[in-house]
Amino acid sequence: MDFTLTEERQMLQDTLRRYLADRYTTSVRNGILAGDTGFSPDIWRELAELGLVGALFSETDGGFGGAGFDIATVFEELGRAGVVEPFLDTAILGGRLLAALGNPEQKPLLERVIAGDLHLALAHGEPASRYDLSRVETTARAEAGDIVLNGRKAVVVNAEAAGFLIVSARESGGFFDLDGISLFLVPADSAGLSLRGYPMLAGGRAAEVTLDEVRLPVSARLGEAGKGFGPLMDALGAAHVALAAETLGAMETAVELTRQYLLTRHQFGRPIGTFQALQHRFADMLIELEQARSAVINAAGHLETADRDRQNAAARNLISRAGRLVAEETIQMHGGIAMTQEYELAHIAKRIVMAEHRFGDADYHLERFIALGAA
Amino acid sequence: MDLNYTDEEKAFREEVRAFLAEKLPKEVSDKVRAGISLGKEGHERWHATLNEKGWLNYNWPREFGGAEWNAVQRHIFEEECAMAHAPRIVPFGLSMLGPVLQKFGSKTQQDFFLPRILNGAHWWCQGYSEPGAGSDLASLKTRAVRDGDHYVVNGQKTWTTLGQYANWIFCLVRTDPAAKQQEGISFLLIDMDTPGIEVRPIVLLDGTPEVNEVFFDDVRVPVENLVGEENKGWTYAKYLLTHERTNIAGVGFSQAGLDAVKRIARVECANGRPLAENPHFAARLARVEIDLMAMATTNMRIISRAAAGQAPGVESSMLKVKGTIIRQEINDLARRAVGPYAMPFASEAVEGDNDPIGPDYAGPVAAQYFNNRKLSIFGGSNEIQRGIIAKVRMGG
Repeated sequence: MDFTLTEERQMLQDTLRRYLADRYTTSVRNGILAGDTGFSPDIWRELAELGLVGALFSETDGGFGGAGFDIATVFEELGRAGVVEPFLDTAILGGRLLAALGNPEQKPLLERVIAGDLHLALAHGEPASRYDLSRVETTARAEAGDIVLNGRKAVVVNAEAAGFLIVSARESGGFFDLDGISLFLVPADSAGLSLRGYPMLAGGRAAEVTLDEVRLPVSARLGEAGKGFGPLMDALGAAHVALAAETLGAMETAVELTRQYLLTRHQFGRPIGTFQALQHRFADMLIELEQARSAVINAAGHLETADRDRQNAAARNLISRAGRLVAEETIQMHGGIAMTQEYELAHIAKRIVMAEHRFGDADYHLERFIALGAA
Repeated sequence: MDLNYTDEEKAFREEVRAFLAEKLPKEVSDKVRAGISLGKEGHERWHATLNEKGWLNYNWPREFGGAEWNAVQRHIFEEECAMAHAPRIVPFGLSMLGPVLQKFGSKTQQDFFLPRILNGAHWWCQGYSEPGAGSDLASLKTRAVRDGDHYVVNGQKTWTTLGQYANWIFCLVRTDPAAKQQEGISFLLIDMDTPGIEVRPIVLLDGTPEVNEVFFDDVRVPVENLVGEENKGWTYAKYLLTHERTNIAGVGFSQAGLDAVKRIARVECANGRPLAENPHFAARLARVEIDLMAMATTNMRIISRAAAGQAPGVESSMLKVKGTIIRQEINDLARRAVGPYAMPFASEAVEGDNDPIGPDYAGPVAAQYFNNRKLSIFGGSNEIQRGIIAKVRMGG
């Protein structure tokens, strides 16, 4: 066993940490949050130039990484700095589907993704689907050699910035069937595609997407007809690693901010960190932080194995629980200051808790873990 | 990053497994699994089996005849032993006193005591806690007063695990009552056959006489049984506490316990369905399994650092707290899993040669649940550990 990062990943980590500490300050980020684009195109480009996106793709796909520990390394640093830029959506969800399924016309788009010139979004979840991955009501019908999409997609993160949306739609089967779901690479300017965009509580933007008779050539299909579910699960497997690692990074920042605050904040004539009531809770958070780190290592290390889904479910369940503990306890231990929007911890705590709402909360992943263990 | 064991480590695990399959008698592992006492002879026999193989003092350095396994090897061995329900190695001589003597003892002490730890001539117990000195160990009051070539010891020790089997006890005693608490303590080796020593059993809440009180009334101890220097005993005691921490997480015990709960939950029924399918039970079981999966990796991260020569510090405290929380949760699940049959007080007196009351797996679980409340109390209570973690990590 070896729990050290390779030299390359260590360099990537150092580079990202240094850049984000210098560039992604609280005031810069608060500016981004107050803006109306949801993220900073400058910072996006700079991070792509530093190789952040490339690190998320294998060499065959034009990158220089793409393994579980590459994803974990990158997203832990993004989480640590509370970055709201949509790397998960463009690079992991969109990018991996494009890499896995793209035909010779579609695949060259990857180069633009890696260079930071093209955004993507995954339009999969629907108003009624919650976290059920196979529940797809959006339809794809064949008509005169074309494909026509109809339906609604919910909370599509990064939809407004995306040049293409990857839309899941049912070509056959019932609402919950795993078979029959197809994926389509839909240009953002397609007729009949409309977005209702909005900011999200923890930063970034999303949109409710309506597909009304969106007509596409058959060549817009990503992968085989009706066989989209498997590749979707593969992309989500990587997304779970990314979300777990991002939350871990954010938890580390929350705990570090609290550590500093416990030492400097005085009440009753002494630092509040001298109170045992807070010391023991601080210790419990540190223990859970180590558990969370182990969960990320387990998930990242099993991304390319048969145990992937069970390990992912375990990691996301644990990190949802530990993350909630850290978010709530760090706010509580800070007191009033953490209730203000401009204080760093407030943003970090929101990132931690809201991550639980992407692709399954603690209960969802616990149920999944049980089902996968029984199988 | 590589979550796999090396080929050498895998081969070592196979070797341990083969050894256990060949040398661990089924009646012994059945007793361990059921939580039944092995008695003195049972422990001694297992020690002798291990010693024959050279695996009893695996944590001792080669210069003292030990196998000098690294942290990963120790972990593999301890995990396999736990999974196979092998008896625990009684730690007092082998992993507590042994390393202290190797580091601080005189050549004469090493030559005399170390071989006797190995061959079983000496069964050691630990004289640390006192009625008034638990978590605050340094407040201990047992006095040792120099009188010519002897110390005269008066006082009382308590929670002395398996003291009823012991013929030697290592004790922390106060030699300088005027000095600051930690600076007036010495480390003495005392023959239990010396006049003036009385051992009284304490029956624990699960009915087992696992621990004892030890009384000292003008007990004369030769000065050559002082370890190291007078009034430096606290240093040696701390060394002892930090030395044997590799198995503190108890991952192997938890894995074995979890497997046992799963077996019970497949057989026990609730509403006509296996308990394993009950959503409330399944959720608790899954949660602790997830915690244990992460804990196993946390443990390995710390072990691999230790194997690379970095001494574990505050991480030991983290492993202790989380490891015991997990073990106790598994004990609680087992207790609940067996339903009403947790209530009979299983004992030799009730059952004798008769069939067990209720299913055979039900007998020990409630007793084990209560017995293992000790896990979060001994070896520095979990509150003490949290205090250490906060103090070290808060910095400032």
